[in-house]
Amino acid sequence: MSDVQRRIVLDPTSERHAATRPRLARLPSLAGRTLGLLDISKARGDVFLDRLASLLRERGAAVRRYRKPTFTKPAPVDLRQEIAVHCDAVVEALAD
Amino acid sequence: MTSAAAAASGAHAAPHPGAPPLPEGLVAFVKRECPTCALVEPVLRKLAAAGALTVYTQDDPAFPSGLGPVDDRELSVSWHHRIEAVPTLIRVVGGAEAARAVGWHRGEWEAVSGRRGLGAGLPELRPGCGSRSEDPALAPKLAARFGAGRLRARRVELAELEDESEALFARGWSDGLPVVAPTEERVLAMLEGTTRDPQQVVAVVPPDLVPCTVEKVAINAVLAGCRPEHLPVVLAALEAACTDAFNAHGILATTMPVGPVLIVNGPIRRALGMNSGRNVFGQGNRANLAIGRALALVVRNVGGGRPGEVDRATFGNPGKLSFCFAEDEEGSPWEPLSVSLGAPAGASTVTLFAGEGPRCIVDQLSRDPESLARSFAGCLRALHHPKIAVAFDCVLAVGPEHSRVFREAGWSRKQLLERLHALLQLPGDELVRGAGGIAEGLPESVRGASIPKFRPGGLLLVHCGGEAGLFSAMIGGWAGGPLGSTPVWKEIGP
Repeated sequence: MSDVQRRIVLDPTSERHAATRPRLARLPSLAGRTLGLLDISKARGDVFLDRLASLLRERGAAVRRYRKPTFTKPAPVDLRQEIAVHCDAVVEALAD
Repeated sequence: MTSAAAAASGAHAAPHPGAPPLPEGLVAFVKRECPTCALVEPVLRKLAAAGALTVYTQDDPAFPSGLGPVDDRELSVSWHHRIEAVPTLIRVVGGAEAARAVGWHRGEWEAVSGRRGLGAGLPELRPGCGSRSEDPALAPKLAARFGAGRLRARRVELAELEDESEALFARGWSDGLPVVAPTEERVLAMLEGTTRDPQQVVAVVPPDLVPCTVEKVAINAVLAGCRPEHLPVVLAALEAACTDAFNAHGILATTMPVGPVLIVNGPIRRALGMNSGRNVFGQGNRANLAIGRALALVVRNVGGGRPGEVDRATFGNPGKLSFCFAEDEEGSPWEPLSVSLGAPAGASTVTLFAGEGPRCIVDQLSRDPESLARSFAGCLRALHHPKIAVAFDCVLAVGPEHSRVFREAGWSRKQLLERLHALLQLPGDELVRGAGGIAEGLPESVRGASIPKFRPGGLLLVHCGGEAGLFSAMIGGWAGGPLGSTPVWKEIGP
């Protein structure tokens, strides 16, 4: 009768865990590097990123600016790919 | 005689998947404890003498003696071929069932067997007995034993000392309230609520973008407390939620307090006993509560959208547990919401709206439509902030005592919406940042302009609520339109 005692339920989840990926190593220096600044289209994100851009340039970094079409949705794949190809690091601005 | 003709003409349900094939010729299902089976024993002997006959016996492997019965005490053959009563006589041609007679009926048996003069001396008609595979104590266990192969989900065994309810909380499958254990038997019963294949992918569920099968939806519907007949609504709601237009990812991730609001239209409201009247947004109706909860649990468990993780709401709202209701179409002066959005009249649909909790609009004195429309506009203007416009959508739920005013004045849905949009053209000078001593507002560029509170299509009317009370309600939305979320409707399929 042990079969009767066993209580089996079905897993309601996706049965997978999001793949964890190690973070890239921190850049040893900003000099000569290209940094992407991603504006997610929230109000005043541009103010924050303008200031950040000038501070980064003072430290010898090249700065490229990007913008998501809307903050409500994930960045389009093409945009992410473009940033990954051209930049050594990226700063994403979340502002209100 | 109509039913006899139908039975003998082969109008029967297809066997369960994986059914063992029946042998060619005539096949009979019997059990010894059934008096009708004993009655037809001589008929079976006559058929066996005349050609190929295979008898499956459900209780006594020696019955009927001399006919070499096949032992089906495990009921696998009976269950798979959906034998509902014994005796059942089936004609098999080319491996497929061609005709079936249930119980003893001379005309049917002669039609199925193609033999004349059967059962001389027997009554014309004698009903059979219930098949053992339909025994209420056995049927769910048989469904689990023989049907569980259709289920692909990982089996999780609960330990002997675990409390069942606590175990489901501990695994993180609950929204904070107790859930129903998704056993194989319950999930198989839930799947009876749809004709769709359990392994069919319904939608790709955010935020983890997981292809979600009908089976996974059924498991979560069991957790939520759904009945099988609720499942088609949950499936349609999930399809609607996982469109780019509805943008379930953004609704989950936003700091604003919105979640999916489900509005059901069409005949299925009555079939499921859904509430569109008193306490329509409140507690007490199983279909309303369980359907909305099932969708939220799919997003949580399959999509991986959990509060504090991707769900970053500042406040949230209690409707994120479940916010689902039906429109009162019968009492409405207007065509259903679904029809106004383009759905066919008479179709059962579910419309998804990204909404927060409802807020009451009180007007107990207006008896003409213009006055009442002005009350609505005054309340709607303040949605989220009186100085923010063309940003957020809204559902205006008009109660029966308010809708009567528009009915008596002959105002259509379109007419009321047009009047509200006209009343909600706001002067830009009042909206600019700093105006009224309030920093919040729109950019200086709107000064001198007239700005609408709602984008075109951003204000939805629905008719619901109890018959007493001069109230309406508003359900505030989120960033409306293509850059945020657009209301999406889907037809509810079988």
